[in-house]
Amino acid sequence: MGMKPREPIQYVAKNMRLDLRLIAEMIPDGARVLDIGCGDGALIGHLTQEKRADARGIEIDMQQATQAVAAGLAVIHGDADADLAHYPDDAFDYVVLSRTLQAVERPREVLRQMLRIGTHAVVSFPNFGHWQMRWRLLWTGRMPDTDTWNRAWYETPNIHPCTILDFVALCEQDGYRVDGWLAVDEHGLRAPWRESLRLANLFGEQALFLLSRKP
Amino acid sequence: MSEAATTLPDVDHQRVVFPEGLALDSGVMLAPMAVAYRTYGTLNEARSNAILVCHALTGDQYLAETQPVTGKPGWWSTIVGPGKPIDTDRYFVICANVLGGCMGSTGPREEMTDAEGRGLGRPWGTDFPTVTIADMVRAQKKLVEHLGIERLLAVIGGSMGGMQALQWAALYPRSVFACAPIATAAHHSAQNIAFHEVGRAAIHADPDFCHGAYWREGRIPAQGLSVARMVAHITYLSESALTRKFGRRLQGAKALTFLEDVFAVESYLRHQGSTFIRRFDANSYLTITRAMDYFDLAADHGGDLSRAFHGTPTRFLVASFSSDWLFPTAESRAITRALTRAAARVSFIELESDKGHDAFLLDEPEFHAALGGFLSGSADAVGV
Repeated sequence: MGMKPREPIQYVAKNMRLDLRLIAEMIPDGARVLDIGCGDGALIGHLTQEKRADARGIEIDMQQATQAVAAGLAVIHGDADADLAHYPDDAFDYVVLSRTLQAVERPREVLRQMLRIGTHAVVSFPNFGHWQMRWRLLWTGRMPDTDTWNRAWYETPNIHPCTILDFVALCEQDGYRVDGWLAVDEHGLRAPWRESLRLANLFGEQALFLLSRKP
Repeated sequence: MSEAATTLPDVDHQRVVFPEGLALDSGVMLAPMAVAYRTYGTLNEARSNAILVCHALTGDQYLAETQPVTGKPGWWSTIVGPGKPIDTDRYFVICANVLGGCMGSTGPREEMTDAEGRGLGRPWGTDFPTVTIADMVRAQKKLVEHLGIERLLAVIGGSMGGMQALQWAALYPRSVFACAPIATAAHHSAQNIAFHEVGRAAIHADPDFCHGAYWREGRIPAQGLSVARMVAHITYLSESALTRKFGRRLQGAKALTFLEDVFAVESYLRHQGSTFIRRFDANSYLTITRAMDYFDLAADHGGDLSRAFHGTPTRFLVASFSSDWLFPTAESRAITRALTRAAARVSFIELESDKGHDAFLLDEPEFHAALGGFLSGSADAVGV
């Protein structure tokens, strides 16, 4: 946690951020990729150019979707809740949902769809279990207001917050294998608590998971 | 209308005649068959930079140059030309008059032929066989082959042109690298068929229609064709566009006098009707509206649109306009979902516009950027 002031992060609009680079590192050359909530297409553009991936996207914001299409990318204006159901089984090697899980209407169903249409799922989300959240709620008795959770409760698009442990429990319950995970700070830099989920749940601002279906 | 009630001027259109003709969906053998067309730009050595643009119901092959009958600029000159989204410095652009049209391709205005292909010295008129969107596409395929092109870089079309683009991708997936169906649908809706029928009824009700043999009398069903155009033109606009352009303004008066007052919107529609009859043939209008009504790509594939595109190698850009109620966004979304089910590489955007269905013909910078980017990305992918 540095002392530098930080730009508040919006979860609906994104650029190629450090955490997207972490995601890109997980994806092998030539993979078939679907990026849900792809913004202006920074990740799929990168994967197409640098990794010769067949990368496609879904974006809910029309202007960003149009921008991505104008850049020659395969992007559908749509949303995770409504559009995943139309993809055939095993259409992709990797399905990416970056910083969006907490904003969808039915996160459990979205995860199920991701692992139906893709062999692997890459999911990142802000960790509601971070110590600052716990502290602010305990100390002020009000909904936390941090760099990550920066919108008031009555207007936040982030309607389904969860902690890292909550997410792991859901994966367990629905039979997804956790092939890897990272706790990162707000800027997407790796945090040092790689061994302990409990410590990550306390100190990681963002979580990044690589999942696959259990065989 | 009487001053305009003359037949269409005869113009020498560039065309290619296929003596062997075309077997139509209706079972009729249409031979010989002519396809009138125009091209813009230069075909590269690899013959890989060709883009076919399909025109809409009342469009023609004069895409990006002066239309010889009306003297007006080409219908898509805003978007086709050097440095424009459909860049004629980079692409070789082809546009053909549809089968059944009235700008030089075989249609009701052209000379009727018998089973042996001999000219009968009279136009086809209402004896012209029923044609389908697929027939139009098969005719275009012959032209494209005639030009020595095995695979088109792209097939693009709006409205009925979008139906043709979809049909191209369904019939010849290996001959279409990229496909852009714009402001269109995979079938003509009941409401759209209904509007067409009003237009056809107006033509039929005109005494000058002479049961379709108006050419024999040297007349045209000007009133009927004009009313058909007026009705259709309303469907191409939107309420907000009409309100913005005309509101309740009167033509040549400040306030209502209750003496033959004419609203500006009426005057505009009448003008649309009266100019249309100078460039379009009534029997062609009947033929082509029918072709649109018959179009139902899903029905041709067991009711499942995605089966029309199963395993397709073609990449798609589907686009709609927010105020288009003739081909609303829901239709484009249905196409997108079918393509998604077929695992096709598809982009879909709904563009914000208050200009209704006509938006695809007008200056819409976001649409132009998206289409231009889609084409340029496709060209990059095949090394054009």
